[in-house]
Amino acid sequence: MSILQVENIKKSFDNVEVLKDISFTLNKGEVLSIIGSSGSGKTTLLRCLNFLEFAENGRIIVDDELLVDFALHDKQNDASLRQKRLNFGLVFQSFNLFPQYSILKNLTLAVELLDGVKKKDKEKIKEINQRALDLLKRVGLEDKVDAYPCQLSGGQQQRVAIARALMLSPKILCFDEPTSALDPELTGEVLRVIRELRDGNTTMIIVTHEMNFAKNVSDKVIFMADGIIEEEGTPTELFDNPKSERLKEFLSSSLKD
Amino acid sequence: MSFVQVSLDLLEGFSQNCYLFGATLLFSLPLGLIIAMGSMSKFKIIKYITKAFVWVIRGTPLMLQLFVVFYVPGLVFKTPMSSRMTAALIAFVINYSAYFSEIYRGGIESIPKGQYEAGQVLGMTKSQIFFKVVLMQVIKRIVPPMSNEIITLVKDTSLARSIAIYEILMKATDFTTVGLIWPLFYTAVFFLVFCGGLTLLFNFIEKKFDYYRG
Repeated sequence: MSILQVENIKKSFDNVEVLKDISFTLNKGEVLSIIGSSGSGKTTLLRCLNFLEFAENGRIIVDDELLVDFALHDKQNDASLRQKRLNFGLVFQSFNLFPQYSILKNLTLAVELLDGVKKKDKEKIKEINQRALDLLKRVGLEDKVDAYPCQLSGGQQQRVAIARALMLSPKILCFDEPTSALDPELTGEVLRVIRELRDGNTTMIIVTHEMNFAKNVSDKVIFMADGIIEEEGTPTELFDNPKSERLKEFLSSSLKD
Repeated sequence: MSFVQVSLDLLEGFSQNCYLFGATLLFSLPLGLIIAMGSMSKFKIIKYITKAFVWVIRGTPLMLQLFVVFYVPGLVFKTPMSSRMTAALIAFVINYSAYFSEIYRGGIESIPKGQYEAGQVLGMTKSQIFFKVVLMQVIKRIVPPMSNEIITLVKDTSLARSIAIYEILMKATDFTTVGLIWPLFYTAVFFLVFCGGLTLLFNFIEKKFDYYRG
């Protein structure tokens, strides 16, 4: 049963069509990897799902409920848009933790603001903090609660960012090249966390350059080129029996190094 | 004329400088932020009007602006400025908010877009993102250029003598008419002590923000 249906997404920047009619579906608990060379539109697609970009056309349906129909041009009011984007979580390439807050506060800030938690409300705060601690434990960073982002390595920061995204219990967790800003020896710890999330049946969309990881972790792979879905299928289909010339070319060049 | 008497007299003058300094800060710090918002506005008209305003204010001498504020109401509108201090204050507030606005703008625009986007995907409102995420980082970044500008303000206050406000330098020059030249140089001590105090304060504030980088 599909948790996400994306239909006919189109997006251009300054008359350059970056996404030309993108449609796909995703089932609950599945992991979708999006691969493709730079400029193929992978990141833009992810940003459209998170409403960081507004597509010109297309529909996004989550849990059989129409979230947005971009073609209707109804300027969504801020409040309803914020509510809708909470269906998705997004982990950025550059982590984007809040530098002035402790790791704990990085996790709890958004929830406290969303729930309008008052300082007096000790019970509620304790509950939120406990949830943050549990998540930090899950990403193996419970000893860093009181540290600040600048004291952590890139890999640790990215794990915190994952925990932060999970605080709001999104239905679909998106990753935008989560390991691209990391030193090679630090990518492993982040990929391990993502793998554990998959084992916990988290629905995820991962834009990645890590071909081996995409092959091992995903239920479904999409190969994008020039703003279209050139090929999609199971990892075995795409990596072992690529049909299109472009995918063959892409795979041979990205597996070379 | 004893040293104590001169000191007291100069101190009386310096109180004018201090008043002008404090009142200018009080009004120009918030006004500067509003102007900064204007110069970053999506509305082209507002943006260009504020940019032109900043250009005029930064492009002309403060002393000239003092003359304009003090004399123009009387000459053109036949309603002379009732108080010299009010005129000075208006000129200083306008001048310094233009400078502060550029510092604010620089600080706000230096915050990476990713900080806003992180707030957005976490469901925060625009004002929550500004006040809870961005503002603290902006303040940390603008403390050094702000301290620079504020210390300049301390010394600029003596420009008020050009519209005959009895501030410290005016008092000191008065002593030269009775043959005393040393009070003129003695005024440096007042400025140095005041700026020294400010420097310590700004160092303290910078230290407060030292606990994180970024």
